[in-house]
Amino acid sequence: MSYPDTWKPPSFFRSPYVRYGVMSAVIGYFVFSWLTLEADWNRALQGIPRAVDIFQRMFPPDFSRWSLLMRGVLESVQMAFAASFFGMIFAIPVGLCAANNLVPKPVYFVGRAFLGISRTFHEIIVAIFFVKIFGFGPLAGVLTLIVASFSFIGKMLAEDIENMKPGKLEAIKATGASFPKLLNYAIQPHILPRYIGVSIYRLDANIRHSTVVGIVGAGGIGQTLAASFSRYDYGFSLAILITIVSLVFIGEFFSKWIRGYLR
Amino acid sequence: MTRSELQQKYPFIWKRFTPAQTLTRYVVYAIIVFIAVWSVSNLDIPWFYFLDAHVQAGDLLTRMIPPYWPFFVNIVDPLIETLHIATLGTVFTVVLTFPVAIMSARNTTLNRFTWFIGRFILVTSRSVNTVVWGLLFVAIFGPGPVAGIFSVAARSIGFVGKLIAEAIEEIDHGTVEAIEATGANKLQILLIGVLPQVMPVILGTIIYRWDINIRESTVLGFVGAGGIGIVLYSSINLFSWDEVAVILISIFGVVLVSEYLSIKVRSRIT
Repeated sequence: MSYPDTWKPPSFFRSPYVRYGVMSAVIGYFVFSWLTLEADWNRALQGIPRAVDIFQRMFPPDFSRWSLLMRGVLESVQMAFAASFFGMIFAIPVGLCAANNLVPKPVYFVGRAFLGISRTFHEIIVAIFFVKIFGFGPLAGVLTLIVASFSFIGKMLAEDIENMKPGKLEAIKATGASFPKLLNYAIQPHILPRYIGVSIYRLDANIRHSTVVGIVGAGGIGQTLAASFSRYDYGFSLAILITIVSLVFIGEFFSKWIRGYLR
Repeated sequence: MTRSELQQKYPFIWKRFTPAQTLTRYVVYAIIVFIAVWSVSNLDIPWFYFLDAHVQAGDLLTRMIPPYWPFFVNIVDPLIETLHIATLGTVFTVVLTFPVAIMSARNTTLNRFTWFIGRFILVTSRSVNTVVWGLLFVAIFGPGPVAGIFSVAARSIGFVGKLIAEAIEEIDHGTVEAIEATGANKLQILLIGVLPQVMPVILGTIIYRWDINIRESTVLGFVGAGGIGIVLYSSINLFSWDEVAVILISIFGVVLVSEYLSIKVRSRIT
């Protein structure tokens, strides 16, 4: 009896034709996009000495205007707190409306469509509209982050409610509970842990995002950062970047700690 | 028995929380509300802007409707460029993220020092937003899609690398030991013991990130890093809101299709 003397790891696709077909299609698309890219490679190659130059001007980071820096950071953090708070509140009605097993079909479709539209557009596009409506400043930034927060938390809530076992809902319904009581005794205990976890994660994400809405004039440290880049003040830019990275690091640490504590 | 008789017979009323727990809960609520109020009041928000907000929003809507559809021919090329930036950025991410992910997983890293470097790269990459990376790479490579590709890759390394590293840390160690027992070297252990176990996570994460990257590359043009954002930015600056409407609807379509594709493919993989 002969044993096979070679071994091949099991493949992901069962048929080799499909396997190589998918691979060549994907690689073909990469090559196509590489070739049709309208890039100025000579200009890009000049970038390497420029990068060296920029890094030389970045070091040492310039912390001399720390009061300006601190004001921007504080504004960003406050924007993140305010946005998370209101986002958490608005997420509840939106999330309930987008849960398939709780509301009638028309309400469900409106809820889902609302979530879909508010999640499609990048924060910066949303920020531009709020800047147009509410003028420059942190108000536009807070509103942008509120939209981002409630659509994110709302989607998670809707999914959590949809994954509920129908027994819980039926048991409370069988006692003759009204809709508000159903919400309070069946839905609320089920979604609360996930809701708190997602909200804390969102606070941490809002701190990250609050650093960027400033690029279109919606307040926070991003505004200072964009200004320093356009003035070629790279030392100050690096100081801001270092501050942002450490802020996000602290935020992530706290959010992990709180979520671990709650569990 | 009537209600009052019942209450006399069984005076104990069940409560979900002890008084101490209830008190802590209310203290926590109070702290949260206090932080929110402090934040909002310190931001010096001009509340009177809310008075004419509906007028402004209505004005914006009447300028956007109807969308100026002939403009669509001008945005086909930028839209394709946006997709290219997202795709090529993701390809670069795949190439660059593997060493970082292997360094950042506790069971495959060489020593504490490499682990620390790996983690540092992941945290830095993740905390800086794609658009901020865009500012930096536009300064280096000049305006255009090359800067966009690099900023997409720079931000995605942290995201993809973190999830892959977590997957590597959670693999079944028995397989690795079995491969080790055959006398395989480190590279073989990695390729045959570790890689097949995390392959579904790797593919799923990369496709998920590709879908996020399409959304991110729609705004890279705001800092000059190529794609549809450049056209969007100039249309906004020219106040031609009927063109803006066309662009937004197209972005909505592209993002919807890519999200659908990404969900379909991921549900097949995992």
